[in-house]
Amino acid sequence: MRPAGLFCPQGDFYIDPWRPVTRAVITHAHSDHARWGSKQYLCATDSVSLLRDRLGTDIAVTGLNYGESILVGSVRLSFHPAGHILGSSQIRIENAGHVSIVTGDYKREPDTTCPGFEPLSAHCLVTESTFGLPVFKWPDTTLTAQDIRSWWLDNQALGVTSILYGYALGKSQRVLNMLQDDIGPIFIHGALHKPIDAYRLAGVRLPETKLVSQAPKDFDFSRAMILAVPSAHGTSWINRFRNRSTAMVSGWMQIRGNRRRRAMDRGFVLSDHADWDSLIRTVREVAPEEVWVTHGFADIFSRHLRDLGWNALPLKTEFIGEVNEDKESAPTAAGETE
Amino acid sequence: MKEFSSLYKAIDETTKTNSKLAAMQAYFQTACHDDAAWAIFFLSGERFKRLINTRVLREWAMQSSQTSSWLFEESYSWVGDLAETVFLLVPSRATTTEGGLAFWVKERIEPLRTVAPDRVHDELMTCWQSIGPSERFLFLKLVTGGLRVGVSKRLVIRAIANAFQLPTELVAHRLTGTWLPTGESFRALISNQIESQLPSQPYPFCLANPIDVESHGIGEANDFLAEWKWDGIRSQLIKRGDQLYVWTRGEERVEDRYPDICQIARQLPDGTVLDGEILAWRNDKPLPFTDLQKRLGRKTVSPKLMRDIPVVFMAYDLLEYRGRDIRSEPLSLRRKWLAEVLNQAEIRLSEPVAIPEQSDAPNWEQLARLRETSRSHGAEGLMLKKWDSPYQVGRVRGAWWKWKIEPLTIDAVLVYAQKGHGKRSSLFTDYTFALWDRDGLVPFAKAYSGLSDSEIREVDAIIKANVKEKFGPVRGVAPILVMELAFENIQLSSRHKSGFAVRFPRILRWRKDKLARDANSLDDLRVLVQAHGMPSQS
Ligand SMILES: [Zn+2]
Ligand SMILES: [Zn+2]
Repeated sequence: MRPAGLFCPQGDFYIDPWRPVTRAVITHAHSDHARWGSKQYLCATDSVSLLRDRLGTDIAVTGLNYGESILVGSVRLSFHPAGHILGSSQIRIENAGHVSIVTGDYKREPDTTCPGFEPLSAHCLVTESTFGLPVFKWPDTTLTAQDIRSWWLDNQALGVTSILYGYALGKSQRVLNMLQDDIGPIFIHGALHKPIDAYRLAGVRLPETKLVSQAPKDFDFSRAMILAVPSAHGTSWINRFRNRSTAMVSGWMQIRGNRRRRAMDRGFVLSDHADWDSLIRTVREVAPEEVWVTHGFADIFSRHLRDLGWNALPLKTEFIGEVNEDKESAPTAAGETE
Repeated sequence: MKEFSSLYKAIDETTKTNSKLAAMQAYFQTACHDDAAWAIFFLSGERFKRLINTRVLREWAMQSSQTSSWLFEESYSWVGDLAETVFLLVPSRATTTEGGLAFWVKERIEPLRTVAPDRVHDELMTCWQSIGPSERFLFLKLVTGGLRVGVSKRLVIRAIANAFQLPTELVAHRLTGTWLPTGESFRALISNQIESQLPSQPYPFCLANPIDVESHGIGEANDFLAEWKWDGIRSQLIKRGDQLYVWTRGEERVEDRYPDICQIARQLPDGTVLDGEILAWRNDKPLPFTDLQKRLGRKTVSPKLMRDIPVVFMAYDLLEYRGRDIRSEPLSLRRKWLAEVLNQAEIRLSEPVAIPEQSDAPNWEQLARLRETSRSHGAEGLMLKKWDSPYQVGRVRGAWWKWKIEPLTIDAVLVYAQKGHGKRSSLFTDYTFALWDRDGLVPFAKAYSGLSDSEIREVDAIIKANVKEKFGPVRGVAPILVMELAFENIQLSSRHKSGFAVRFPRILRWRKDKLARDANSLDDLRVLVQAHGMPSQS
């Protein structure tokens, strides 16, 4: 580890650095992983346009297809699907027969908008732990999809607009595909326009959406589903929908206190991160000699892995104070931790 | 069980009063009477005492979910609610629940109380394996005695009244006092025959709305009876069929706790119901509430305790006169009859506040000036009651107002923090505050409420970045946050480390403009106490 982040000396590059560096290898385009200011970026092909949307069209970025490898210094580097969002990757680094994998953010649940997580084996594993607490166990995705759809139908019966908040990049597109547009028209908040477009350009098929701002004046939204970013909740933007029911879709919704604190009508549990059982299952499948835990409940999850007999330690991140608990404020700020 | 669980969920998920009302109404119309009776019990905030020791519940949860104890504690500390933690951790194969709420309460949950210690785990497991996913959380909440439903009793009453097209007042009356959750009681509750009442039955209390007379005109001062607002225990004194009953607003019968009051009240004529306040009282003045508290918990009262802390019943309204319900009569008439009734027993009348320079009618200025002297009378402010108003049920606007005095305030430093429960389970929301003394900061008060949600998040982030030390769930925080605290009352106290006992501390505002060194000292607090002349605590 270096002050700027996770560093590979044999290849002279950083993975998801949080400060500007010469060579940055990026797991995916969420803002806590893809930061501004580095000289060169390397990421999976599907991430390239998302990265440009986020960091500017003038950045120097190279894309690599999943499974293709290149030599960087003395190490062989390749990207493999992580199942988190479009273009999200595990990064595999091979150096003189020693294999390391950095998972980035990942999930094991099905998602029709990006290729599923590919289990690999390695000597060293760096894993995320956003939901690394045993209270997080995701319900069946198809059940959640049914719940959301029946909430929408119930709202239509009452003549109430459905407003669903979810993270702009990844979550919204996944939800869009779960919803389909056979129930009613789907409208989106302006902040979702770019990422949805990027998904379509990458060849992901999504149901038809219109921008709320493009709806004719006095349009009747009572049958509509509105997808929006969590930060729009409580602003004047939603006042245009007179009778409305609001819901949040996020893994944090598993905890009642988080549902209630947001003062929304519903909370649907759906996450793009691995839950507790998946985190453990993945460690078993990769079967590494050492595990480094980062991004989330690093202390707790690594301690549990040690209880299970793994050689595991938390990887210190840039946050100060109580590292794990800093993540707790995530659901109140941006919604989902990216 | 399923129906009540969906009702609980529907109420829990929405913030809209009308949706809660509609959900309850629909429930009462369709639920079987036995279940509906228990639903009323829980919706009105009644709870079982914890049926299972928390330690036993934890052990069971750890075993059956194969969670180590440190991991369980970490999970609990993050979730902030024991029942919810257990609910999230312990797996079950059951997909649906058989049996209604009454069945579960009587056949499954209540028997847990008497199960032999070595059988508790097995019994819990039997329950757990026969309860579906949607009902499990409710089950644990019932078992731990922690069920809280976000509805007022008044809303429950309205839902029942709407569901069966009964007057709200009738439902309220029938629900007052001891109400047993049985199908029988429920049928009596929704019956459209007006029955004769039980002799012990009190009336629903009339409640006051807070008001600030300076900013909201409520009419002429002359139209109101102004009395001191006492800080005691609101109660009804009932004399019917030669029997005496004392009910508190918390709907507890308390005759045995106040033999001194009962002795005097026996002189009241039959068919009398008084509304008033129980106060600890000596030398024509109330004693501090903390003294009254010493008599609250005691079921048996020794002569010494009665001598040390004498109590009185301070009557301010008459609800039943010569066996007749007179609540629809105007206050002026009720007070006239009250004075008449009190002539026959040495019960104290809450007199109208005396205006020294009174020429003919009181005006708001005089009342405002009098209100300023509330603390020296041992009162919390003034009560204003419209002379021509009937005695209403619950908190109806317009007839009764409470005009409280401004709280005492002081700037204090946040020194410890702990996570909240329920809605705020992942944020630091419970704070301990300190004031300066020669040796540094001395903790003196805890406060939970008063900040907005966004301030809470901001404070939470600052606390997390400035933790100095950990003591279990408590965090010692570097002294950088200064808040203005308000209190109803402050007293000198030898039992508290700081030397002060504070009543109802709350956060008035966050003083971002102040540094820790600008906060007040214990000496400042002492000056405040002396200035307001509050008696000291023994
Ligand atoms: Zn992330
Ligand atoms: Zn991410």
